Amino acid sequence: MPTVKVYINGKLIGTTDEPDAFVADVKAKRRSNELTHELNITYYAENNEIFIFTDSGRARRPLVIVEDGVSKLTDEIIDKVAAGEMKWFDLIDEGIIEYIDAEEEENAYIAMFEEDLTKEHTHLEIDPSTMLGICAGIIPYSNHNSSPRNTMESSMTKQALGLYVSNYNLRTDTRAHLLHQPQKPLVATKSIISTEYDKRPSGQNFVVAILSYQGCNMEDALVMNKAALERGLGRSSFFRSYEASERRYPGGQEDHFEYPENMVRGYRSEEVYKNLDEDGLINPEVQVTSGDVLIGKTSPPRFLEDVDEFGTVAERRRETSVTVRHGEHGIVDKVMLTETVEGNKLAKVKVRDHRQPEYGDKFASRHGQKGVLGLIVPQEDMPFNEQGMCPDLMINPHAIPSRMSIGQIIEMLAGKAGCMEGHRMDGTPFTGVSEDEIKELLKKNGFETHGREQLYNGITGERFNAEIFVGVAYYQKLHHMTSDKVYARSRGPVQVLTRQPTEGRAREGGLRFGEMERDCLIAHGAALSLKERLLDESDKYEALVCGECGRLAIKDKIRNRTYCAICGETETFPVEISYAFKLLLDELKSLCISPNLVLEDKT
Amino acid sequence: MNVDQVQEVVNREGADFFPIKLVEEIAQASERNNLTDEELNKLVITVKNMYEREEVEPGESVGTIAAQSVGEPGTQMTMRTFHYAGVVELNVTLGLPRLIEVVDARKKISTPTMDIYFDEEYRNDEEFIRKMGNKIGKITLNDVIKNFNVNYIDNVITAELDMDIINERRLDIDEIIELIQKTFKQVTINNNLLSFETTLSNDEEKVQQSIRELRFLADKIRDLQISGVKGIGKVVIRHEHGEWVIHTEGSNLGMVLKLEGIDIVRTTTNDIFEIEKVLGIEAARNAIIHELYTTMEEQGLSVDIRHIMLVADTMTSDGVVKSIGRHGISGEKSSVLARAAFEETGKHLLNASIRGESDKLTGIIENVIVGQPIPHGTGSVGVVMNNKK
Repeated sequence: MPTVKVYINGKLIGTTDEPDAFVADVKAKRRSNELTHELNITYYAENNEIFIFTDSGRARRPLVIVEDGVSKLTDEIIDKVAAGEMKWFDLIDEGIIEYIDAEEEENAYIAMFEEDLTKEHTHLEIDPSTMLGICAGIIPYSNHNSSPRNTMESSMTKQALGLYVSNYNLRTDTRAHLLHQPQKPLVATKSIISTEYDKRPSGQNFVVAILSYQGCNMEDALVMNKAALERGLGRSSFFRSYEASERRYPGGQEDHFEYPENMVRGYRSEEVYKNLDEDGLINPEVQVTSGDVLIGKTSPPRFLEDVDEFGTVAERRRETSVTVRHGEHGIVDKVMLTETVEGNKLAKVKVRDHRQPEYGDKFASRHGQKGVLGLIVPQEDMPFNEQGMCPDLMINPHAIPSRMSIGQIIEMLAGKAGCMEGHRMDGTPFTGVSEDEIKELLKKNGFETHGREQLYNGITGERFNAEIFVGVAYYQKLHHMTSDKVYARSRGPVQVLTRQPTEGRAREGGLRFGEMERDCLIAHGAALSLKERLLDESDKYEALVCGECGRLAIKDKIRNRTYCAICGETETFPVEISYAFKLLLDELKSLCISPNLVLEDKT
Repeated sequence: MNVDQVQEVVNREGADFFPIKLVEEIAQASERNNLTDEELNKLVITVKNMYEREEVEPGESVGTIAAQSVGEPGTQMTMRTFHYAGVVELNVTLGLPRLIEVVDARKKISTPTMDIYFDEEYRNDEEFIRKMGNKIGKITLNDVIKNFNVNYIDNVITAELDMDIINERRLDIDEIIELIQKTFKQVTINNNLLSFETTLSNDEEKVQQSIRELRFLADKIRDLQISGVKGIGKVVIRHEHGEWVIHTEGSNLGMVLKLEGIDIVRTTTNDIFEIEKVLGIEAARNAIIHELYTTMEEQGLSVDIRHIMLVADTMTSDGVVKSIGRHGISGEKSSVLARAAFEETGKHLLNASIRGESDKLTGIIENVIVGQPIPHGTGSVGVVMNNKK
């Protein structure tokens, strides 16, 4: 037997001549708690290497240990666990369950079910669904979905709004979303139960019909019931916390929270200060919009100003108030006054914004089926069934076949059956309630087993020719909302250097007309549209050009004349150019290149 | 009805700009359908109308549209090339890398290959094709010898010609021997046994040197090319569409075309510069069109051939193949600002200032920079006042 190298965390520390015995020994010691259970050991026979890992950042998962084809998790132990005599960590300490990392998995032979166990097996799955992580574990019937959809859902569920903590009222997160009436998913999985997702849910159970509605749900748009929204479906709050502190400066000066006087440098307008109290702080439950001052604050002047003509030092304090962000609005939720570690006054203001679903808000089921709200229909115009019930949500039938998210169909069926039975359904992948059982339940409650129902057109009252699939699915509101994104600009701030509009919504910027968009206008031959977009709507500038030498001339406002500072010529011409081009000319001059413009009559 | 007669009708209808191929097609159609003179006349008029409708209007932005039409599918290609690994035995660059290679007009392409076709009489003669394959493909002495032995004591290298391989490869033993004798003066040939001697020296100091010499000689012997066209490496002989074809790794169009039995019409290479050198600029233009079109087509992307023709035309219009990019088309623009806006801004501005260049602002890009309406489309017209006396 060859010498086998042993590595710990990637570092060669020694060799062994009996790799199998060595590995077995280390594993036995780990199981008997002599070594930490965070250690994993792998033997690569083909490379003659043993890897031991104890470091952070490995993906590990728990498995039941199997010895000689017998699971260590016996009925006796299960009873103990059920009785609460044993906890999870007892199972690990007792060497019944161990965590395996991706590396050690290479040496493991894992049985899916206890019946499958043979002598060769080293481990047994606790449940097949423990193969999945937390995010994928939330998906019911994920074994019926196509893998891209499961991947997409696993990343989308992280964006869902819900009850993110239970002490949100005491916290001052810079930004936080909160779903108003989160519900436990009607179709749950074992992972959902064991991760206690039910305590911090992030979605609501929607009655969903799969049908087209006047084309307003094409391309994954959603059509929702207005009455349902008004009853609080998909409602959320957005919190943003602002803070300011009274800083102390060298020289004994300090900031003050106060109602700024109008002689303060940078004084805004009376309007924005109107909600401030004498202490400079705003009151709770006041409606505010962007630009309104939340914390009135003044700072000492940056430089001590000169003595004025009367011999007194004119101290003009600076205005450094905290205002509501551009494009946001809301109601002041909470005002807190405390002190910092250094003992300075610290104020925190939490602003709350109410978000009822509106056009463009993003929603997703648990199967990677995302879409934006495209139409809100009054309940009287919604399709209804014989009992007069109408769906909360309508999705387009085209969303299903090409994506093969059959899990959603089964979830909807299971949800429907669960509603009628009055209990939650188990949608655990591989082992959940089977399709046949669901059908049986539906049948029992007087529904068609295929889940389709006769619906009536809400507008005309006519019966639809086709039967419509209706069910209950758990939908999540994702944190991409219209009100965070809507934006338009006609005029606004420009950059100092180029005089072109600033960039981005937060800076009230312009919408970029890029290179490819420019190419399109060129291809169309839309010369004047192009000029308008690139010059008139951007950095138009009227330069004075010397008629003699072609360089930029000067306007002397006092004597009201124009002249060329270089050649002395007084005949100048106004030329319309972009400021960026003027900047280019100036920069060339700074590089000792003298560009001059040769003027001609306009044809 | 023959072609000349049709041409006459065509000319009479004022459609003398028809390509000959179109006229031939009309002639064939009229033959097939037994058209009367009147009917032919009608056909020619209809074709003329359709032909004129297909023409691009003056002032259309063909360049920009061509760029967009080739560029957009190109973005999809990046993702798809991954799935296309190796092609049977020969490795050929495909997809986006190949497209870039052609458009950049690289002098040395990464995988030059040739498709060699043969004249009718040899097409199905496998024996002949195999012989040609060995003549074209690279064979070194190392491939046909066995028992190669370097004797450091006697300063002798011995080797034996492997007759089995030589016969199998259909090589001429006399030619090989002649070549060996011509290249290596110090060779003695005894039947199939070759022995090479270096100048024996008893000088102790020179022993070290002689060993190095011996090794050098050994390499030289093994690398002696006994057959093959320069620049061509491996060859693959395949039976395709009822005839034998040779595909090569490496390319040398000029030499291959001179060989006997080659179909000089169909034999081709993917090296555009070689085509330009051997067959001229028009052939290079066609090669560019063909290469671009087939690489796009292989990826399942269909781009109208006229866009690609425009690219090929601009690349070859000067009589030499130029690249699209700063060393070619874009680098030769007359406007300083246009060149500076593309790449190497500093270089162009500096050179322009040294030479005292002036920019007449006649192009698109210059006017976009300056902030004037571009001289194109609606910007290409202006109002001229009539000066009344």
